[in-house]
Amino acid sequence: MSAETKKKLERPIYLDYQATTPTDPRVVQAMLPYFTEKFGNPHSRNHFYGWEAEEAVEKGREQVAALIGADPKEVIFTSGATESNNLAIKGVAYFNKARKDHVVTVATEHKCVLDSCRHLEQEGFRVTYLPVKANGLVDLDQLREAVTDKTAVVSVMAVNNEIGVIQPLAEIGAICREKGAFFHTDAAQAAGKIPLDVNAMNIDLMSISGHKLYGPKGIGALYVRRRPRVRLTALINGGGQERGMRSGTLPTPLCVGIGEACAIAAEEMGAEAERLRGLRDRLLDGVTGRLAEVYVNGDMEHRIPGNLNISFAYVEGEGLMMGIKDLAVSSGSACTSASLEPSYVLRALGVDVELAHTSLRLGLGRFTTVEEIDYAVDHIVEAVTRLREMSPLWEMVQEGIDIKSIEWAGH
Amino acid sequence: MAYSDKVIDHYENPRNVGTFEKGDQDVGTGLVGAPACGDVMKLQIKVSAEGVIEDAKFKTFGCGSAIASSSLVTEWVKGKTLEEAAAIKNTEIAQHLALPPVKIHCSVLAEDAIKAAVADYRKKKNSEAAE
Amino acid sequence: MRPSVYLDCNATMPVRPQVAVAVAEALAHPGNPSSVHRFGRLARRRTEDARERVAALVGAHPANVVFTSGGTEANNLAVRGCGRRRVLVSAVEHDSILGAHAAPEIIPVDADGVVDLEALAALLGDEGDDTLVSVMLANNETGVIQPVAAVAELTRSRGALLHCDAVQAAGKISVDLAALGADMLSLSAHKLGGAQGAGALVLADEALELVPLLRGGGQEKYRRAGTENVPGIVGFGVAAAIAADELGRTAGLSVWRDRLERRAREIAPASTIFGAARARLPNTSCLTLPGVASDVQVMSLDLAGVAVSAGSACSSGKVAPSHVLRAMGATAEQAGSAIRVSLGWGSEEGDVDRFLDAWAALARRTGRAGSAAASAA
Repeated sequence: MSAETKKKLERPIYLDYQATTPTDPRVVQAMLPYFTEKFGNPHSRNHFYGWEAEEAVEKGREQVAALIGADPKEVIFTSGATESNNLAIKGVAYFNKARKDHVVTVATEHKCVLDSCRHLEQEGFRVTYLPVKANGLVDLDQLREAVTDKTAVVSVMAVNNEIGVIQPLAEIGAICREKGAFFHTDAAQAAGKIPLDVNAMNIDLMSISGHKLYGPKGIGALYVRRRPRVRLTALINGGGQERGMRSGTLPTPLCVGIGEACAIAAEEMGAEAERLRGLRDRLLDGVTGRLAEVYVNGDMEHRIPGNLNISFAYVEGEGLMMGIKDLAVSSGSACTSASLEPSYVLRALGVDVELAHTSLRLGLGRFTTVEEIDYAVDHIVEAVTRLREMSPLWEMVQEGIDIKSIEWAGH
Repeated sequence: MAYSDKVIDHYENPRNVGTFEKGDQDVGTGLVGAPACGDVMKLQIKVSAEGVIEDAKFKTFGCGSAIASSSLVTEWVKGKTLEEAAAIKNTEIAQHLALPPVKIHCSVLAEDAIKAAVADYRKKKNSEAAE
Repeated sequence: MRPSVYLDCNATMPVRPQVAVAVAEALAHPGNPSSVHRFGRLARRRTEDARERVAALVGAHPANVVFTSGGTEANNLAVRGCGRRRVLVSAVEHDSILGAHAAPEIIPVDADGVVDLEALAALLGDEGDDTLVSVMLANNETGVIQPVAAVAELTRSRGALLHCDAVQAAGKISVDLAALGADMLSLSAHKLGGAQGAGALVLADEALELVPLLRGGGQEKYRRAGTENVPGIVGFGVAAAIAADELGRTAGLSVWRDRLERRAREIAPASTIFGAARARLPNTSCLTLPGVASDVQVMSLDLAGVAVSAGSACSSGKVAPSHVLRAMGATAEQAGSAIRVSLGWGSEEGDVDRFLDAWAALARRTGRAGSAAASAA
């Protein structure tokens, strides 16, 4: 193992790229001048400090737009994908309330999409939560059936945060366009990872997060189509920035950061995906080669290369995480992993609740190395083996007892 | 979530992991929890003719706190009479391991496991006596 | 070229060097505060340290600090989230308060921009159970400080909630939530030397229920979803701590500000200085050069290397004159010739002279200088 890898090991190995990504040092470099000498308020229209900041913000906007094939005028900045998702779904629903009262989404969406939809339900909207197939993908026929002339917006995520599967965006976009409903996609996990084109895919609204694509936290973007024009009711009012859709002083350094991050992603996406695919396969082969009863959740073909979600049967996920504390991984999404409920995403796939409890999410990214992967494989195999020796369930299975035949008391 | 040093110690060096022959007359087995709830504990006690627990073993499927709770009670029950063992309260376990509120259920499960093992042993004895 | 004199600190305060270092350092660490592994726990600890520092700046309990993306979001969260149907706001509030409610009722102000307490009492009536009152602590354009404690007495006796937008005041004057008596307080990092992109809504009582604007994860105790802007929040904490330490020095800015105003009156005896007789922020001056449009002043000052503004940054692109000055009864002519000069931690005494020289030159060029100015300049 190289000296550099050893040094890195003084910190745990970061394998949680779906929770957040490190800010790329190139992005940090681009941002720093805007914390120091170029500190102006981009809305100060009458002096140099303001113009300088505004120019930087607009460059960032162009870079974001370029990544998704949009016009810069169609990109507004927000505080992150949570805000973008809230604004897209609630904003479009509120604006169209008089004519349309229906929203379509999917059971495996990010919590902020589901919570926005639940809130709309409390306010009298109807929401259809589409199930997913066992591979995590939506059934297009079901989606087509669900969309009616009362549907204001269809919100389907581009890439799932827990299982990394890629939804058929172009097909969904075509259905929405044909049915006259707006198509919103939460692309927080997709932007910079897979090619996205708002026009080719008929996407009307798209949420992007800075810190999921090696940019800074505290910034996101919402793409809002201009032709045909999507109108929405703002959630945050005030100075009228972002064409009235989102008020508040734009954080110049963060806009610069997300822009730079998008530019780097656009440049390096293809090569990076290939490299990650190699690492991902190495990780999976390493684990499945040495452990029995290991199951990957979610489709392996329609999936970003930087994600694995694996159930290690008969070993509880949280206990496993403790056994591999040199690896920073998650047992579900970051927002919910503090709770004891098994992942609703895995449940929606039809994964047994027993198996859902044994799952880990392994997220690979730009700074993951081969050595880290090899180290991770050894560690996971070691910990799973040790914990299975300690597991009463594993023991029963070895004895040929069918665990499902036992009447568990529960508690 | 930060685990206490005691939880980490029991997790990394679990005491008395293993299995007794389930059918033996001096062994009581408690199997509590459910895979669907994310934790299952198997606690076994070996009881002397005088009714004193001579040995104990466990296997646990669960988080670090669940493993630590069951490891701890295998230590605690040794040398105790059945009555004394059955009187161990989950609060003592939780306090000893400094479990956070979200992990209290692990200590409850450990208490249940002791009671179940004791009950299983007594059931065996009773049926033996009835024969 | 970048002007060397920046006197627009109420638009955005230059980031403190210590903040820039802390933010840069935080940017180098990955970690989502919601993650349970070491990276996540470290990010969580940094966030909580910053929360304590921000709370300390305003004498609040850390648990009652809700981090937001900035002052605008904090104001929107307060007004929309408090669940009160009726909303009374002063006529000089920031656009983010005026715009946060569909139909706010306006509390008038006097000629200095101070809220009319009798009018407020009348508006409130006897029953305030369904009412939110929002009055800012210090105005962004004039720096005039509102009698928030007196407003609080009224709201409390009527059962109304009180929100106070302290975005401009915090870090410039001492702010104590309990002494103010407000139920909610808005803060913005970049107005006190932190980075843009972070702010907070501070609650006086943890039991106050807020309907969140942003829904999703359980961040900020379910009051505000979204991954925390950790570097921004860390910087906010550093900026708050430094601002608290340097309140004495900041108070001293009034000496330069007062000198600026004395000389301005010599240069243009007909100049109006808004709120000069009232308690004001030590760093802010809002003054007119009669007969010279605000925009012309700002542009020509910019050419002379001095950055100031014509009103607040959000509206300085608009043609409409300041709603603040109009509410104070200023004529269109006065409002149209007003500029705002605002000093900060990085200001130097010579900055005031640079401003005065450029302003005097402009006054002379436009023939607006008084006789005193001719000799003084």
